[in-house]
Amino acid sequence: MNRFSLIFLGIFAIAALSWSSLVFSNQRAYGAITAHYDENEGKAFPQPIPGLAQRGKLVYQDLGCAACHTQQVRRPGFGADQGRGWGERQSVARDYLYEGRVLLGAMRLGPDLRNVGARQADPVWHLQHLYDPTLVNADSAMPAYRFLFETRQIIGQPSAKALTLPASHAPQAGYEVVPTERAQALAYYLANLNDAYAYPETNNVYVEAASTEGEQK
Amino acid sequence: MASAPRTATAADSSAQPSGAGRAEQAAIDASARGPVLLFLVSALGWLLIASGLTLISSIQLHSPTFLADCAWLTYGRSQAAGLNAAIYGWGFNASFVLVFWLMARLSQAALRVPSVLIVAGLFWNVGVTLGVGGILAGDSTSVPWLEIPTYAAPLLFVAYALIGAWAIVTFSSGRSGRIFASQWYLLAALFWFPWLYSVAQVVLFLEPARGTSQSVVAAWYAHGVSSLWFTAIALAAIYYFLPKITGKVVRHYDLAALGFWTFLMFSAFAGTASLVGSPVPAWTTAAGVGSSLFLIVPVIIIGLNHFPTLAAGAAALKQSTSLRFILVGMISFTVSTLTWIVTSLQSIAVTTQFTLVGSAQTQAVLYGVFSMVAFGAIYFLAPRLAQREWPSLALIGAHFWASTAGLILCVAGLLLGGLAQGAALNNPEVSFSAIAGTISPYLFVNSLGVILLAIGHLAFAVNVVRLVLQTVLCSAPAADLFREAPSLEAAR
Repeated sequence: MNRFSLIFLGIFAIAALSWSSLVFSNQRAYGAITAHYDENEGKAFPQPIPGLAQRGKLVYQDLGCAACHTQQVRRPGFGADQGRGWGERQSVARDYLYEGRVLLGAMRLGPDLRNVGARQADPVWHLQHLYDPTLVNADSAMPAYRFLFETRQIIGQPSAKALTLPASHAPQAGYEVVPTERAQALAYYLANLNDAYAYPETNNVYVEAASTEGEQK
Repeated sequence: MASAPRTATAADSSAQPSGAGRAEQAAIDASARGPVLLFLVSALGWLLIASGLTLISSIQLHSPTFLADCAWLTYGRSQAAGLNAAIYGWGFNASFVLVFWLMARLSQAALRVPSVLIVAGLFWNVGVTLGVGGILAGDSTSVPWLEIPTYAAPLLFVAYALIGAWAIVTFSSGRSGRIFASQWYLLAALFWFPWLYSVAQVVLFLEPARGTSQSVVAAWYAHGVSSLWFTAIALAAIYYFLPKITGKVVRHYDLAALGFWTFLMFSAFAGTASLVGSPVPAWTTAAGVGSSLFLIVPVIIIGLNHFPTLAAGAAALKQSTSLRFILVGMISFTVSTLTWIVTSLQSIAVTTQFTLVGSAQTQAVLYGVFSMVAFGAIYFLAPRLAQREWPSLALIGAHFWASTAGLILCVAGLLLGGLAQGAALNNPEVSFSAIAGTISPYLFVNSLGVILLAIGHLAFAVNVVRLVLQTVLCSAPAADLFREAPSLEAAR
């Protein structure tokens, strides 16, 4: 049994080492990250996430959007993230401070969405896009999410939230397409995804990256 | 570890038992029969479910309108459900088959109170059913490899705790003085998984860590399960079956301990290499990349153990389909670890990160390394458990060729498609619709591979079901199986 103890101790030591360095020490380090108070604006950043956006994020999570979309902008010189207009600066750890579940994503079958709100700030655009992606991009490879919408008979006044659809996609006369609450929350979440604030650390990264032509130091 | 037996082979402890030894061996096998058959049948069921879900999601990759209007099967859910059915349904049940067979045989110990394992196995499968169903219903956590909703996790954890504890008990009650290389890998896997799983559940879901440190834990978990559970169990099986089937001693066995410790050490840190460029501390990814590079050491050592041993007994390849499956697993281990090392280099990762190359890597490990070795092992052990021959040799051959061809098509399609995708992604002029057009042929190849795999699995299923039915319906072991039911109720 002595050899067994040795093997077991070795396995335990490696597990403990890998846990303490990768998991535990990072948790300690992240504990030191705080919101950044900007005296000029009189606000702290990142700003708290509104409730509707939080609910929209749950829909994002439930539908598995992260299977095709990342939410992280890489540094200049590492990939073409900025070239594709996905963000004016790279994402930093502080951006994710208030997120209960961080969904960085690991696959880009579609564009990065970290700052999609900067590109499309109108929730209605997102609703149209979710209902049928080809409405806003004829060649889109994204599946439609029609099950987030309800096609119903117009009784009395048409709903103010009903989608305005071209004739090719419009429901039959007397009917309208109305987004469900889930669709509205998701569209609101997407329209508000935008890390606009430049933290001190993002400025540092920028200067350094620019001075070395985007190469890593 | 210096005292590791120089010429040990798995055959030492269990090959050619004669007289009393044979009877003892039969008793050990008989004690394992109930639980191992339960895990085997569950694994098979999940394999078929995972094949179906993976086929749906792979078709959706090139034909996005396929089943898009069905909320339960939208791509984000079908992909996650297929992956989790493959990992926790097929992968873990098959792992348990291997763990108990190898532990009982190598430790020369009969399984004690097998009914506890049957209860634990049922709980595990209830947990996986809840989990995969929960993902399809929209309760996914969206954390890769951990999508199973939090309400199913306690079931999995408790069931695993019982199963893992039973494996250790079997090991330590053994009368075989030697600890063979297979057992090192099994012990490592049995200990690592509960550690990984409980830390991940606590840090990601119960008491969520701040910000992107969650992503570090998720990467640590996914690579940990992939290498320190699935690959470790596959390696344990290779170390056992290779000498057993070829009848040759493991070559360069003195090096095996070094291979084991370096594999363990570097795999434990390599996972964060996938986060290069992400908003996490730079040293974390640097540690991941560094460890990944060092993985070359265990790849070389394990290769030195395995390939010359196989070469010495290559004649056995003609008779043994098990050995052919295991050969594919050995090649996949070398190739997939080398791909991991290469794609962890920053200059390569800038193209391959966030592309189908990652899916190719997952497929190569989960299917190429683990599943192929598990198939080989099951073809070897199931007839010994059931005490009868496989009903159809033709179906075994069909399974082997369909699986091997399917594996090659899937991995090649995803790998080449991922390289094309990565190159296009790095050129801001190329639109996403254009990229979708570029990778579409590769995704067709992948779907073709998935169809071949599914055909292979059907052949496997027919054989296993016939074997199990014959065992249950036609002879004495049948009574054993049916006798489990009342004791099972009592245990609840």
